[in-house]
Amino acid sequence: MVATSSLPRAGERTVRTLPARTRLAVTGARLAAAVSRGFGAGDGGMIGGLVALKLDPAALRRLGHGRVVVLVTGTNGKTTTALMLSRILESRGPVALNADGANMPAGVAAALAARPDAPVAVLEVDENYVPYVAEQLRPACLVLLNLSRDQLDRTGEVRALERELRAAVSRLPETTVVANCDDPLIASVGAASERPVWVAAGQGWHADALACARCGQAVRREGADWDCVCGLARPVPGWTLDGDVLTTADGHELTLGLRLPGRANAANAAAAVAAAAQLGVTPLAAVARLRSIGDVAGRYRRTAVGAHAARLLLAKNPAGWRETLPLLDPRAPVVIAVNSREADGRDVSWLWDVPFEQLRGRPVVATGERASDLAVRLLYAEVPHTTSRDPLAALADLPPGPVELVANYTAFRNLKRRLGDG
Amino acid sequence: MGESAVRIGLVMPDVLGTYSDSGNATVLACRLRWRGLSASVVEIGHDDPVPSSLDLYLLGGGEDEAQALAADRLRAQPGLQRAAARGAVVFGVCAGLQLLGTGFRTGDGSWQAGLGLLDATTVPGPRRAIGEVVVRDCAGLGAEPVTGFENHLGRTRLGPGSRPLGRVVTGTGNGDGTDGAVTGRVLATYLHGPVLARNPALADLLLGWVLGAPLPALPLAEVGALRRERLRAARR
Ligand SMILES: [Zn+2]
Repeated sequence: MVATSSLPRAGERTVRTLPARTRLAVTGARLAAAVSRGFGAGDGGMIGGLVALKLDPAALRRLGHGRVVVLVTGTNGKTTTALMLSRILESRGPVALNADGANMPAGVAAALAARPDAPVAVLEVDENYVPYVAEQLRPACLVLLNLSRDQLDRTGEVRALERELRAAVSRLPETTVVANCDDPLIASVGAASERPVWVAAGQGWHADALACARCGQAVRREGADWDCVCGLARPVPGWTLDGDVLTTADGHELTLGLRLPGRANAANAAAAVAAAAQLGVTPLAAVARLRSIGDVAGRYRRTAVGAHAARLLLAKNPAGWRETLPLLDPRAPVVIAVNSREADGRDVSWLWDVPFEQLRGRPVVATGERASDLAVRLLYAEVPHTTSRDPLAALADLPPGPVELVANYTAFRNLKRRLGDG
Repeated sequence: MGESAVRIGLVMPDVLGTYSDSGNATVLACRLRWRGLSASVVEIGHDDPVPSSLDLYLLGGGEDEAQALAADRLRAQPGLQRAAARGAVVFGVCAGLQLLGTGFRTGDGSWQAGLGLLDATTVPGPRRAIGEVVVRDCAGLGAEPVTGFENHLGRTRLGPGSRPLGRVVTGTGNGDGTDGAVTGRVLATYLHGPVLARNPALADLLLGWVLGAPLPALPLAEVGALRRERLRAARR
């Protein structure tokens, strides 16, 4: 539980000497990103990164060379946790961050290319690309948040993913792995590490973790504890989150007092503070930095849209929805937008694992490209609702006042753009 | 039947529920209640013995290990087999289809015995079948095609003791141009979605078997709209 990597001190800038080919790749990436933004094709990050990797296949490794790299992965909370960590580590100097959520290799490369001066990189990585990205970047620290079903048609089965991640971790003997011991799938991955740091961050939803990742037998639970006949059991946590209080590895109790709402954000903060401690930042200083965060890439922020104060929330799978439902203002109408693009997953059956029954009693509008699927789900949840393809048109039809706007990945991205946030 | 509730067993939703298959129970219960009939859903956890007294049993999708775990438990506690023998309705989806058959080979190459309620065997195919599926010529459903989403590696062969649910016009299904398997009142398919939300005629076919008579029509505009949209999307 000692700090395994120390950060360069503030003001100490690393002068990066990159091979000409990588420098060319970086220039190409920036140009492509600018062009992409110019055409309104997106945030530019992905396209820029793709160009960089095409020009120089080793670009990712070279772009990361000599930096302290932290990777953040998991089904939910990647963007938030990476933002939190970068906000903490920025107190020591510049940090490269894929704040746009572009978390595949191209997006990661683009984030590194955008900040060649930053001695530290905090990168969220799509679960499926962790083996590749970690191999290239050899991170000082890997943060493992949670694993649950998300976009099954794209990513395959969650236990196969666990096996891939476990193999990747066993190939990273120098990496400190900060992992949530309350998620049996994550604990199985983290246990493959030579340097695990266990955080009891809670688990929002158990349904996916029932068959043991190691042997397929049923995981037994008793209170917070869990174990399996094969011997896999909940590791003893160094850090423990209880409500809003985080107990550190050396037994100090810290009240988080975040501006971001909900249990899931407290769990993300616990992971970020524990990871920052591995890099030499005291938990007290880390928590103070976290309190400055009021929104995450447009999430949770209230925006005036005509006569409405819309709060934009991202919920892209059942676990995310279970964290989001308790945050919703019980008096405000809810506009839900669901798409099924490649990045969302084509299969929307997950809607049936969301307890939408909890929305009974307030006005609900089903919107997005899969509004019809959502409408049938709401019908069978016996939630009165209306249906409209376009979420902002639906918003305009509601009486003035606060509105909760909950969208899945590409629907959220579109809304953010149309509301002028990005 | 107005007196006693139709009892719907959701078999191991904690293990078999990968594709949100508990939605099928929600749909069946609502379709009974909305017609003035009562319904109750009994969730049978993986540690619970399966009661043999229920009217209808639902088995959903699961990953290899979960499917093998479920098959072990269901063979050891044969409540479901006893219920089927006395004529209860059994509906399986995806892994549920595979484990209702006589046996299946999992991804690691091991052979698992199924429950033998369907004459079907399953082996891994060359690649996962993922996407929208349309199945036509389904006995008991008239001209109504069945629409759903599939995500499975297994390819299923039927023996003479089962007939397919129908003919696949879009997607993979069993892998030989058909989808699903039916023997008596045991019916299974590769389609989720959940499939009964998308296919009210299939839901009512199962309920008709339970009640011993066809159910009155229950027109729901939103379900009709979803069906039209998904059938159109599958043609693209
Ligand atoms: Zn085990």
